[in-house]
Order: sequence, then C-alpha cells, then structure tokens
Amino acid sequence: MGPDLLLKVELPSDPSMLCVVRGAMERLTETFGFSAPEVRSVTRAVDEALTNIMRHSYGGAVDRRIEVSCSRVSKKERVQGGQGFEVRLVDYGPKIDKAKLRGRKLEEIKPGGLGLHFIRQSMDVVEFKRARGTNVLRLVKYLQAEKLEGT
Amino acid sequence: MLGGKPLQISARLLGTTTVFDITGDIDLAHSPEVRKALLSEIKDKKTPKVVMNMSKVRYIDSSGVASLVEGLKASRDAGTRFMLVGLSPAAREVLQLSRLLKIFETFDTEEAALAG
Repeated sequence: MGPDLLLKVELPSDPSMLCVVRGAMERLTETFGFSAPEVRSVTRAVDEALTNIMRHSYGGAVDRRIEVSCSRVSKKERVQGGQGFEVRLVDYGPKIDKAKLRGRKLEEIKPGGLGLHFIRQSMDVVEFKRARGTNVLRLVKYLQAEKLEGT
Repeated sequence: MLGGKPLQISARLLGTTTVFDITGDIDLAHSPEVRKALLSEIKDKKTPKVVMNMSKVRYIDSSGVASLVEGLKASRDAGTRFMLVGLSPAAREVLQLSRLLKIFETFDTEEAALAG
C-alpha cells in the first residue's frame, strides 16, 4: 500500500451498497479535514458516480465489480491548489460514449440527467478515461485552505 | 439486501391531505418506492393535497430528485397541490444544485404546509 492511499475497496454493483460507501466517505472526508458542506459534496459526487456505473455501465446488473480507491494527493504532484482528496472509481463495463457524459440542460424541468451535473458541481477535478479495458473516473477535491493558499 | 437500511414510507390522511413520512436515504436503491407511492397517491387516488415530510431524510440523490420531479409533474396534471417539508441541508443542496428548489413548494414545518 502506497503512503498516500487512504482506502481501497471493491464492491458489487448492488444499489444497497451505496449507503455503505456514503458512510465510509463521510467519515474519511471528515478525518481528512473537509468542512461539513465539503464532506457532503464529496460524498454526493462518489454516490452519483457509483449510481452512474450501476445504471449505465452495468445496466442494472447487481453482481459486477466496482473498485473505489481514495488517496491523498500531495502538493508536489499537484500545482493547482495543493493537498487534495482523490477518488478513483473503476468499472469493467463497456467503453463509455463521451458524448453522453454531458448531462441535461438545467433549464429543463424533467426527471433524470442530473447525476453528472452534481458530480461536476461538487468536485474540483473530474476526469474520465478508458484504460486496459476499464472505465476510470478520477475525482479530486482540494482542501479549502489549500485552495486559498494557492490563489 | 446487502448493506442498506430500508426506507420507511408511511402515509397519514388529514382531511383531504395525505402526508407521507419518509425515513431513510432516498437513493438508487429506494427512489422507486418513493416514486411508486407518490404517483399512486396523485394519479390513482387523485388526492387534492400531498405533503412529503422529509425531515427524517438525511440524503437524497439524483434519482430521488427525479422521483420528486415526476411527482410534481403528475400533481400539475392532476390538479394536486404537492409540498415538501423539512428539507435537510443535503436535500436542500441537491435541489439548489439542480435549480429545482424554486419550482417546489417547500415549508419548514408540517404545520406551515397544512396551513398554507
């Protein structure tokens, strides 16, 4: 285990696991030093990302593998703002069409299409890539104090 | 069910108003139950006034918001008044993020909603 790795878990694509992950994220991000609103932001982003994997990448199958790893991003590696909390979510579903990663216009009052918007609103970095047959979503949230220092 | 606490939905009839008391998290695992209860009350029973007491809902995700929007749309079609009560900070945040907070009738307390 690397010195900056905080947590690594593997879970089935079962929606009943979402509350377990949210609980872990809340405790971990509190310990990391985030404020209450920031804790909710990171927890919401990870929950929505997992929901997207379960619904879209695995099409509702409840027995597929999802990997979640959380790491401390050191200042040396990040010039943008400083110390941050990084979450990587890996799934083994088919390649995602990036054109579908836009979400819907918020002016439209209709159900659905909000998850990606919540993720982008909640995190400082949202990156998606396809690597070795997996979909990898990388999310980073920087500590507020670090952000202010960096500005 | 591996890890989740079950969502509890109970309904109270107060005159011509149905109050749903929701306890638990409304996420992908549980939002279909909320949607089903809401649409049944609005579309099938055509209840004039429906109040969602969300004071014991700690978390709601985008699928939960989608269920509320479906309920709101159905209520407009049916002429039902649809109100949300006791939004937690997390619930209020997601409705703000989705710019939907203003389209719902929201109240801090059940008493205020019933009087409204």
